Amino acid sequence: MPRVGLFIPCYIDQFYPQVGLATVTVLERLGVEVDYPTAQTCCGQPMANTGCTDQAAPLAHRFFEIFRDYEYVVCPSGSCTSMVRTHYDDYFQSEPAFEPFKHRVFELCEFLVDVLKIDQLGGKFPHKVGLHNSCHGLRELRLGKGSETVGPAYNKSRQLLAGLNGISFAELSRVDECCGFGGTFAVNEEAVSCMMGLDRVADHETAGSEIITASDMSCLMHLEGLIRRQKKPLRVMHIAEILAEAMTP
Amino acid sequence: MPTATEKFNHADDATAFVANHARAKWHDQALWFVRQKRDRMANSLPEWEALRETASSIKAYTIAHLAELLEQFERQATKLGAHVHFAKDAAEHNEIVLGILQQHGVKKAAKSKSMLTEECHLNPFLNRHGIDVVDTDLGEWIVQLRNEPPSHIVLPAIHIKREEVGELFHEKIGTEKGASDPTYLARAARRKLRETFMEAEAGITGVNFAVAETGGFVVCTNEGNADLGVSLPKLHIACLGIEKLIPQAKHLAVFLRLLARSATGQPITTYSSHFHGPRPGGELHIVLVDNGRTDILRSDEFRRSLNCIRCGACMNTCPVYRRSGGHSYQSTIPGPIGSILAPSRDAETYYSLPYACSLCGSCDDVCPVKIDIHHQLLTWRREIAVRGYLPWSKRLSMRMMSLVLRRPWLYRLAGSLGRFALRWSPRFMIYNGLNAWGKQRELPLAPKQSFRALYRQRQAKNGKS
Ligand code: SF4
Repeated sequence: MPRVGLFIPCYIDQFYPQVGLATVTVLERLGVEVDYPTAQTCCGQPMANTGCTDQAAPLAHRFFEIFRDYEYVVCPSGSCTSMVRTHYDDYFQSEPAFEPFKHRVFELCEFLVDVLKIDQLGGKFPHKVGLHNSCHGLRELRLGKGSETVGPAYNKSRQLLAGLNGISFAELSRVDECCGFGGTFAVNEEAVSCMMGLDRVADHETAGSEIITASDMSCLMHLEGLIRRQKKPLRVMHIAEILAEAMTP
Repeated sequence: MPTATEKFNHADDATAFVANHARAKWHDQALWFVRQKRDRMANSLPEWEALRETASSIKAYTIAHLAELLEQFERQATKLGAHVHFAKDAAEHNEIVLGILQQHGVKKAAKSKSMLTEECHLNPFLNRHGIDVVDTDLGEWIVQLRNEPPSHIVLPAIHIKREEVGELFHEKIGTEKGASDPTYLARAARRKLRETFMEAEAGITGVNFAVAETGGFVVCTNEGNADLGVSLPKLHIACLGIEKLIPQAKHLAVFLRLLARSATGQPITTYSSHFHGPRPGGELHIVLVDNGRTDILRSDEFRRSLNCIRCGACMNTCPVYRRSGGHSYQSTIPGPIGSILAPSRDAETYYSLPYACSLCGSCDDVCPVKIDIHHQLLTWRREIAVRGYLPWSKRLSMRMMSLVLRRPWLYRLAGSLGRFALRWSPRFMIYNGLNAWGKQRELPLAPKQSFRALYRQRQAKNGKS
């Protein structure tokens, strides 16, 4: 079984430790040897997305140094994975080892489906789930087919969820519209960001979601913030939490 | 255009638009409807993605060979009897058009939709010189009557409800008070515009595609107003940006299939009018305008933005545009592509536009010529930071954040302190005017321990180091 370096985004480390633990559970139950290098902090995305690439660069280099020797790097966030795989190139123009490395960095669902070749996980999760397709996972990592493109449909997160016994899906009217988190966008453009989020929540309510899940906790942090303020009866769970719960007897 | 005294920030205009929640919702839904029509049309062509790829490579070729293609176009168009003009900027473009109109003693011109003439602010310029220009596209005419710029490049009046059009027409052209039936209003507009068509002494049009090989060009409309506008008067002036060129006539087969499907979800625009030289007895002038385009052409990062065929699909899909309205961008081309083009022209004024984006990437995937829009917006953010247009508070906070994140011990400390503060601070300390996050949202419930602490305990329990 492969040896995996676990990359836990900073906000998961600080605010959602249970999501990190669920990720460890899922991987270990599948026989993966997991190692969490404690020198890691953040991939630098907030700085890079603000345009402050000179502030992001040292973090990118730290990341590479910390994880370069692992066979695979796995992360429970499409957005942070994409930061490394899609947006790090500029920082490593003169580092030929980066190119092969970045293809060993995976988002969790992607790792399960593409590397471990898992079709169905065992276990049950008898709930009605609304899947939020987080943008960077969807349109940068291509974890699923976006509604904009033409071609055969696939969706790695949904595929894993669909294998759980008792699960049902809430079918949304806008299957992959952005939730409006967008990093610093959430505060820079607070009004639009919150309207986007509330529109997503309303779509889930209409579709009858009991739980909103996603492969990015940042989207869920934003949605949950709105849900809690409005005291709505919806819950949010990271997809790793659902998988871990289903796999735990 | 923003005024110099008030620094323009998209978020302010967006906040004002969202404040009228019912209208913002209506606007969002109206555009989403167009996006869905586009999806249905795209899905009706199994070769859709290949078509986009082809269009993208034809455009890339065009931009790489633009100088030769422009010369070829000029030669061919001249052979067909057209007069070809080159304008380096908006002012020169306006002077050229004015000169031609004055030469022919024109007092009234009928203009079909042209984003280029909007970009050059041709209408007010001609008005100042005593020439009346009437926009004959229904949407354009509505915004002209309201004395405001279009809010969308394909659907110029998408921000206006039909009841408001009814009121406007009642006031301006005497339709019945309270009438808002679209057919009734369209008929009234048509009657009024007919007068313009009869009186106009010149027709001005935009251009969707100019073909280097033939010297001809194509104008796409749904109302046939371009054809009508240039069929009655003897003088036709066609204005276009230099990026509107395509190499060969056969390439139209690619672009015409993509354009209307992407723009409005129609298989093709109602009228795709081909012009090859002046009509018998008439005169045709073609004004090719640079206005900053060669600057963009020279930049490796943003060159691809010149591929744009102005279909508007990126606006229809943009979750921000749909909820903030076209005017919130304060630039002729709003939305995702406008947020690349506007700072290319004036980065200091438009510094906030690349940030008016959640980086969802939907625009890249609808764009029929596959412009990597959201990557370019990200690149613009870097440019804006490098050029020092980012507010200092933002630069400082990013700097501080990076300093902390480079030191795991400091990061751990800051994390525990932050979580501690979140757990124990009274609500008013956290939720106040300074916390934009907390205006409508709760912050996450801070856990006692971080993942790394819990992981360490777990490893210890399992007998691992
Ligand atoms: S950038 Fe692409 S999607 Fe946007 S208007 Fe231009 S061609 Fe259309």
